[in-house]
This record gives sequence, C-alpha cells and structure tokens, in this order.
Amino acid sequence: MKAVLTGRHFMLGDIACAEGALAAGCDFFGGYPITPATETAERMALRLPQVGGHYIQMEDEIASLAAVLGASCAGAKSMTATSGPGFSLMQENIGLGIVTETPCVIVNVQRGGPSTGLPTLAGQADMMQAQWGSHGDYEAIAYVPNSCQEMFDLTIKAFNAAERYRQPVFVMADEIIGHMTERVVIPGPKKIKLVSRKRPKRKKNYLPFKPDKDLIPPMALAGEGYAIHVTGLTHDSRGYPVIDEETQHEMVTRLIEKIRRHAPEIWEFEEVMTEDADIVVVSYGAASRSAGRAVNIARKDGIKAGLMRLITVWPFPEKRIKELAESAKVFVVPEINMGQISREVERFASGRVLSVTHAGGGMLSPEAVLQKIKEVTK
Amino acid sequence: MSAKGANDKGRIETVEEHPLDHILRQDRLPHIWCPGCGLGSAMTCYAQAIERVDIPLKKQVLLSGIGCTGRIAGYVKVDSYHTTHGRAIPFATGLKIANPELCVTVFSGDGDLFAIGGNHFLHAARRNIDINVICVNNFNYGMTGGQQGPTTPVEARTTTTRYGNFEHPLNLPHLAAALGAVYVSRWTTLHCRHLEKSMEKALQKRGFTFIEIICPCPVGFGRPNKLGEGLEELRYYREKSVIKNDASWDEMVLHMRGEEPIVVGDFVDTERPTYLDLEEQMLRAKGLIK
Repeated sequence: MKAVLTGRHFMLGDIACAEGALAAGCDFFGGYPITPATETAERMALRLPQVGGHYIQMEDEIASLAAVLGASCAGAKSMTATSGPGFSLMQENIGLGIVTETPCVIVNVQRGGPSTGLPTLAGQADMMQAQWGSHGDYEAIAYVPNSCQEMFDLTIKAFNAAERYRQPVFVMADEIIGHMTERVVIPGPKKIKLVSRKRPKRKKNYLPFKPDKDLIPPMALAGEGYAIHVTGLTHDSRGYPVIDEETQHEMVTRLIEKIRRHAPEIWEFEEVMTEDADIVVVSYGAASRSAGRAVNIARKDGIKAGLMRLITVWPFPEKRIKELAESAKVFVVPEINMGQISREVERFASGRVLSVTHAGGGMLSPEAVLQKIKEVTK
Repeated sequence: MSAKGANDKGRIETVEEHPLDHILRQDRLPHIWCPGCGLGSAMTCYAQAIERVDIPLKKQVLLSGIGCTGRIAGYVKVDSYHTTHGRAIPFATGLKIANPELCVTVFSGDGDLFAIGGNHFLHAARRNIDINVICVNNFNYGMTGGQQGPTTPVEARTTTTRYGNFEHPLNLPHLAAALGAVYVSRWTTLHCRHLEKSMEKALQKRGFTFIEIICPCPVGFGRPNKLGEGLEELRYYREKSVIKNDASWDEMVLHMRGEEPIVVGDFVDTERPTYLDLEEQMLRAKGLIK
C-alpha cells in the first residue's frame, strides 16, 4: 500500500488527518482512544503497518505523548491525536517537547468542555490551552482546519513546521470538522512539499543545543554516536542542566524568539472582502464556515463586512489584525467558546471587538453572526 | 579525572585516569549525590556493564525520570534522556519501537517509577517492550528531602510520616514478575559484582527486564530510621542480606527493620515474545512484511 493515496476521495475529516500525516511521512503514532479523535487513531492503526510504520496504543495520553517524543528522538516523524481531556493530560510533556526541541504533531479534535464535557459534540474551547496549557513560557504553533481538505493539508503543514522549528505543533480541529465527510483531493507524492529536521553536519564539536543563525539547532538522533544529553531541566548549548538565571534567560528567550522571528513565515489566514470592510469578522475552524455565510448575506444587504479566517491561530497573526484595525470600524469574533480568541483580537484592534460566543455542543449559526453584524451597523 | 585506588601490592596510589573515564561525562563531575549515597556504586556498575557487553556504546541509550536517580542519565556518556517525572518508560517505549537497534535502559528511582510512573511500568512489562528498567530503591523521595514513597516500609519514619508509615509498600520483584518481566533480580549497592553481572544479563536479554537496587539514603531514610550513616547502612545490608534465587514472593517483602532479612538474588529468567516480535510475526503472516 502507498503512503500517499493520490486521487479524489469522499473522506471523513479525522481520516483525512491520518492520510495527511502519512503523506507527510509520519511513521509513528502513539495514542489513546478518545471521542471525537478515535477515527484518526483507528486509521493510523490500519495504515501505518502498510507503510512500514508503527502504531502503538498507549495506556493513557501522558504515555502517548511521551512515546511520541521518544520516537521522534529516534528519528521518527511522530504524532498523536486526542481531544480535550487527553490534551489536558499531555500538557506536561508538551513542555518537555518544547524545551527539548523535539518535533512532533499533536492533533486535538476539540469537543465541549470543561472536564468530560460533551464527548460527541463540538467545541473550540481549547484554543487558549494550546498556547498556555503547559507551565512556563513558550510560543505555540497551531493550525486550525475548517474543512476535511484542510484536515489533510494542514496536518502536512503541521509536520513541516514541527520539523522546521523543532517543536510540537498542534492541529486544533473540532468535532464538526473531524466528523464531517467531504471531498478531499490528495495530490501526487511529488507535489507534496516536505520538510525534514535540520541535522548536524559533523560530529566534531557538535553541541546539541547550539542554534544556527536561525535560532534552530541541528538535531542528532539517539544511536548515532553523538552521546547527547537531553533534559527537561534548563540547559546550556551542551544540553547540560544549568540551574541559574542567566541560562534560563538565554534558553527561554531563544525558544520564544525562534518562533516569533519566524512568525511571518508561519502565519496563514484567508481574507474575503476585507479590502473595504467596516466590519471584519475574524473566525476559524468550524465556526468560520458560519462566519463566511454571515458575511456573504451581510454584503447582499449592503453592509461592508469582510472575513479574516485564521488558518494559524498560534503564533497569532497580530500584524494583519493591526493593519485591518486601521480601516475597520469594528471586529466581530465568532467562535465555539465563550470568547477566547476574541481577547487576542482585542489586544491588537484597540478594543473594538465584539464576541459571538457559543458554549459548545453544536454549530454556531450564521444567523448569530449576522445578528451581531447588524447590531453593529444600527 | 584522577582517582585513588589500591595497586596490586595493596598500596593506595593516585592515578591520573579512572578506567571508566571514557564512559562518564567528565565535564559534569563531581555529581550531586550526598556522601554515603549508593547511587555512585549503582552508576559504576552500569558503566562497567555497558562496557563489558558486546553492544556498541553508541547503541546504548539511557533514560531517566526525575529524582536523585534521575540524574544518572546526565553523568553517563551515552545518548541520554532526562524526561518528565514518571514518564521515562513510555518515552523509552517510543524510542525502542522507532529504532529497535537501540539498547534502551531506564534508570530511575522508586518514587518516579512506581508512584507517579506506576501505570507505565505495568503496561511496558505487560507488553514485553524490549527495554531494561533499573530501579534504585532508597525507600523515600530523596531529592525533595525524604518524604514517604510507594516502597517506604510500614512504620518507617520520613518527613511526611512523622508517626510512622501507615501504608503497605510495593514488593517490586513480585510486581515485575507478575506482570511478565522476563528477567527480575534484586541486589543492594553492596553487591557490586552480582549487580553488574545482572545488568550485563539484562542488557543482553530480549524483553522487559527489571533490576531493583536497594540503596542507602543516609539523609532521607537511614538517619530518621536509625539505620545509621552510609557505611552503617551498608553494614546493615551485609548483615541482613540473604541470596536466595528461588525466594517466594512473601520472602521478597522488605521490612528494613529488626531481624527481617533483605532477600536478594536472580528471581526470574525466562523467555516471552516481545512486542516487536509479535508485531513482526503477525504483520509477516498478513504479508505486510516480506
């Protein structure tokens, strides 16, 4: 069986995610079944052995991410897929992945929370957790698909970003997109651009955490003879623990700058009719589909509305929000949570932001967005 | 690093190089462990074992969780991963499956492996992942200053059991054997030769192996429990240890007080297909591996 199933498919979002991972060269999946992400694990359990990879079902999500990091350190392109409760359990090892600069992909097919919440129904309330969930300072990279096609495409991009920047990267899907079936076009393998982690060029004087000019250090794998030491403690360029203020400053600053400096090349968003928009609707994932419809209806009614759909939520595309804020009168932010990313928009839009909230459990309706747009124009 | 040792005439002399210098990270020594702690001996046994077995050093990978024992990974000059608290075993599982050529050893403490990490031990042993788990058991949480842990004996005093420990401890070799570990042994840090031989065996053994090392912790356990300082604790081991390879599960319980013996030995040595063996066998049968 081939890793890349080139052709046109009618495919479930969760399965498209698994196929995207395989197309990206994923050869290790460590996971734990959880609704609504189980189909991704099931697909990987079926498909990985067909392409020479390994699927292992771990005892919980803590172990899943630990195994994923271990596999990555041995050279695998590794991933896991989960939902809210599992994502919460993964937070500690997300920090380990950040600080040890270990590439991997974590898919969160979001459901309603907090706690066990709504296992089978949608939510988008883990968006802030993706950036702030693990303790300490770091900069997350998170892609947010709004179609089955993007479940495929963005999973590939997530792997590429993980390899390029050497850190865990999130695909923050939601139950609606994960459990929806749509057309998915899978291109030929040669048309898929893949990135592999930077590797040390020579053994002599190699320091495992000494960055190049782009702030990213080349990565040696276990078993190559480098005798590297990798620790979750604050460490210097040798990888040795150093418990002091200076080393902490140097390490944390670099890890954050590594992403901030490259943010312009990571940012992805799509804009519809924003050029002359008085009202800019900022949305992402499932909610953005309703937002798009609301904007179209508003335009027909003569309201100058536009849509900025976030494809990467983290790092947050603040520059573009600031630019839009120069001409837009107000921002409307619909999302299936109680107003998480609207706060982020607020930071860069001088406070002119109206939130359209939804506690989870269903789709945020175009009418709700339209109503807010109309309120603003009154 | 210079070291003192007895020459063949029995005289003490200082040598410029220690025979294990090339296996230890010289630039990280001296280590952080307390005087009288047994971790240095445990680490030396491991260093000697990886040197003696017929597996290239570059294929040896050492992992640990958090705690005093967790620091061993930082001192041995092989690829080493100091992971999160309790999670070295699942990390090692991913590493081993992604590259089966690696000889993967998890070296960690009783609290790390059996309290916070207990579930992972259970499942890695059940799956028969081909890794070695070496547990240094000092009956307490040493790094945080001597608190009660999952192996603290009943009645023992720690900083969180001021009136004696009300909990029953785990019997680690019993647990490992019950879960299907293919090799199980226990030694104290006084049994250097036995311990090193056990490590050699474990490193070469296919499947999930487990070694428990009973280790003095003068500060966290010896002193509050009146076992004395480091040397006195070792003397206690010498007096109380009994080698009994066919010990029953009940005999393996550690009381660490009175006249109760410390039963040590090679308790289990058996064969069982590993996770990767079964994976390969079944995928081959389905024509997925040619």
